Amino acid sequence: MSFTIAKSGDITLVEVEGQLIVGNRQELKQRVLEELEHGERQFLIDFARTGYIDSSGLGVLVSLSKKIREIGGELRLANLNDDLRTLFELTKLDTLFQIADTRERALESF
Amino acid sequence: MRVALEMAVPSDVAQIERVVARVVATCADLHVPARQLHFNVPVALTEALSNAILYGHADQGPSHVTIRAGMRDKALVLEVADEGPGFDLDACTRDPTAPENLEREDGRGLFLMRRLMDRVERDGGQGNVVRMVLELP
Repeated sequence: MSFTIAKSGDITLVEVEGQLIVGNRQELKQRVLEELEHGERQFLIDFARTGYIDSSGLGVLVSLSKKIREIGGELRLANLNDDLRTLFELTKLDTLFQIADTRERALESF
Repeated sequence: MRVALEMAVPSDVAQIERVVARVVATCADLHVPARQLHFNVPVALTEALSNAILYGHADQGPSHVTIRAGMRDKALVLEVADEGPGFDLDACTRDPTAPENLEREDGRGLFLMRRLMDRVERDGGQGNVVRMVLELP
């Protein structure tokens, strides 16, 4: 997995490329937490280039969501393919996250 | 089972992505349909490998995980064996989709294995082999 972090106005945009799994999820968590410590509050994670996510990857997203919410921020997700959407539906995490079909719609929703 | 792939790897989570890619390639040769090939198999296998590496070898020195993939009748069979004492699959009953568990960081691994494969069983003398079976059309 690799990821890029960019800014779109006040929104921190995180793009995940490859698999988000047990062996690498802490890298993503650490980088987002660093942005949070630097004062960023609005986050969008874009999964357009993501392969699959395991339970550890989902766990990190849940953990980040809680931390961001606790300090008054927002985490939204975008561009889940059919498999990833099924994963979120199976685990009912689609009820926990705001998920947009496209990056543009997600950015507009903040 | 007609074994198509057998491999042993060091018990290290950094190995998981490479192992899964190798098994998925084998499954493609076995004509596993695309959805199962790119979703059910990699996610369920990643969970089984994580469990074996993180919990099957606790407090042990260097150890290995063995993976076997093959066909039995029309079913894909994936086996993950660790060198630990085994664990009781039936003891893991917490529902991660229950409202009180939804915001937990952990507890979704075995749930996903069961939802993405048709059967999840344990085997081996000590129960240290997890076998996942996926019926193919």
